[in-house]
Amino acid sequence: MPQTLFDKIWNAHLVGTRADGRTLIYMDRHVLDDVRAPHAFRMLERQGRDVRRKDLTLVVQDHSVSTSPARTTRIDKAADVFVDATREAAARHHVRLLDVGDPEQGISHVVAPELGMVLPGATHACADSHAPTVGALGALGFGCGTTELVHILATQTMTLVKPKQMRIRFNGRLGSCVSAKDVILHTIGKFGIDAAQGYAVEYAGTAIESMPLEGRFTLCNMGTEFGARTGYVAPDEATFAWLSGRRFAPKGNEWEQAFACWRTLKSDDDARFDSDVSIDCDGLEPQVTWGTDPSQTIPISGVVPPSPAGHMAAHDRALSYMGFTPGVPIAGTKIDRVFIGSCTNARLSDLESAAAVVRGRKIADGVKAMIVPGSTTVKREAEARGLDAVFRNAGFAWEESGCSICAGGNRDGAKPGERCVATSNRNFENRQGAGVRTHLASPAMAAAAAIAGKLVDVRQMMDGH
Amino acid sequence: MQPFTSLTGIAAPLLRDDINTDQICPVLPLRVLDPDYGAQLFARMRKRPDGSDNPDFVLNQPQYRSAHILVAGRNFGCGSARESAAWAVEAFGIRCIVARSFAELFRNNAVRNGVLPVVLPDGAMDVFQAKVVAVNGATNFMVDLSQKFIVCPDGSVFPFEFDAADRAALLQGLDEIGLTLQNAADIAAWELRCRKTQPWLQSTDRQAEPK
Repeated sequence: MPQTLFDKIWNAHLVGTRADGRTLIYMDRHVLDDVRAPHAFRMLERQGRDVRRKDLTLVVQDHSVSTSPARTTRIDKAADVFVDATREAAARHHVRLLDVGDPEQGISHVVAPELGMVLPGATHACADSHAPTVGALGALGFGCGTTELVHILATQTMTLVKPKQMRIRFNGRLGSCVSAKDVILHTIGKFGIDAAQGYAVEYAGTAIESMPLEGRFTLCNMGTEFGARTGYVAPDEATFAWLSGRRFAPKGNEWEQAFACWRTLKSDDDARFDSDVSIDCDGLEPQVTWGTDPSQTIPISGVVPPSPAGHMAAHDRALSYMGFTPGVPIAGTKIDRVFIGSCTNARLSDLESAAAVVRGRKIADGVKAMIVPGSTTVKREAEARGLDAVFRNAGFAWEESGCSICAGGNRDGAKPGERCVATSNRNFENRQGAGVRTHLASPAMAAAAAIAGKLVDVRQMMDGH
Repeated sequence: MQPFTSLTGIAAPLLRDDINTDQICPVLPLRVLDPDYGAQLFARMRKRPDGSDNPDFVLNQPQYRSAHILVAGRNFGCGSARESAAWAVEAFGIRCIVARSFAELFRNNAVRNGVLPVVLPDGAMDVFQAKVVAVNGATNFMVDLSQKFIVCPDGSVFPFEFDAADRAALLQGLDEIGLTLQNAADIAAWELRCRKTQPWLQSTDRQAEPK
């Protein structure tokens, strides 16, 4: 029987069937962040249980840390509670911690692949909805709650209901200044905010094969925003090249052995998917969200849409929150803030694409703009390439790594009514602070907005440059 | 796990689609380890910007202040995996949410906190929502997990489907980890096999120190 790559990884991780009929799936690695670690370890201790596989456990500090260039270990008095409790719990349980100040500290979904903790064909759990990000390497990432996380700590397994399977083929090729973020925003806009609910999604097609590898993280990351349980791209030569030499990746003979195994990781030609759809990427424009969920996306040449029949109330609420009337062109909308960061778009290639726009330019008067690298490693590599100077010279703040203002979890957030162009993944009401209006876009588009002081088509800015 | 067998209580209508976890339990106030989660539930909808109660919000209306059942639209709980969203629902006293669909992570968190996520199919849901609105908090609804139905004040019955394992766990208030550890030998055997077939997955020895 032909199998999808999801089937193959799933079957290879089947541990057994529990007395209640639930399937137990082995988790090869799991990551705890500072929002869940304090409760998870405490719940484990109250049950009198221990971490089963300390060596497969990684703890990170990302959500609550300051990203201030002058940070010590703190954001403010209140967040200290999480950072300190995480540090203490990791020490109590003798598990690996990437603490504030560690040269490899950063956002869990950036750090785990970057260290080679995530490998093709592996399963990976994180008590965060964006766990599927790591699918970019041909692994299966599963989000979970804190109680499920405790289950993983104690048993190294998850009780999962096998999802249905979807394949999205991205055909054609992307134009200049159009990236993975535009592809996935367009996809969510086309299919809807819960279109992949209950599915594992395979992202395939020529546009993915030719995409820079790190763009695949952006795609898999945003799968969460249309409900995907998990998602992946089959690994290829680009994947193996990206992984080679990473700290926890296999070395020497073991690499050769792994490599032979990884090359078989793809869906069979005649594998069946419950849903098999395609997206044409030829001519795709840079995208930007106008509303309060990631499906409310339009091309930069578009106008804010009128309410569709049947969804009046929600659409009108989004229009009101965002301060728009239908029919207004989105380009030209004045903006106040720019945030280039997050688990979606803060890898080295993201910063490079933003720097290409910013180089030799200044941000517009009155705009506050910040770059928050996805990890301290990314920050160091960007500095080695001189990107920090490019951004600083243009007037951007160059920050330390963390989740930052993606979810408003940092100092110095935007004010009510202000518009923030963000490279993150959620534009929900009040997410970046009470009344803050978020426009999701790619790093290149966010950089262009910072320069222009308004939403603009980055391709026009780059013409003749 | 907190058991759930049956529940009798007021049903409050919050008939919106795509209610996300940021709305259910906003992030910012949670900068203490153990906040009053019940007070955080829908905090930004319950309060006006000046901090006073928003009288228009359903759970602030006198007849719904002690609601045990929440009735919503499609894709309830989308967004984050934060279990605090389920903790806030439970702490407020809501033990059952009836919706057209749930985001999976929220649904799983709800079950593990003894909050029953019930899905009614669209046709039945249209009728059920109309009844909830018409009753307007005057009389109790009854939710029975062992029989898998909801009884309305007028005696009408709405059957629902529910995952068998989750149902058993909720009815008995099972210790899920204890249940899994009955398969401890399977887990150990899997690890032994993996060490032979894909040894790189079973080891995170520091192969090289960071530069």
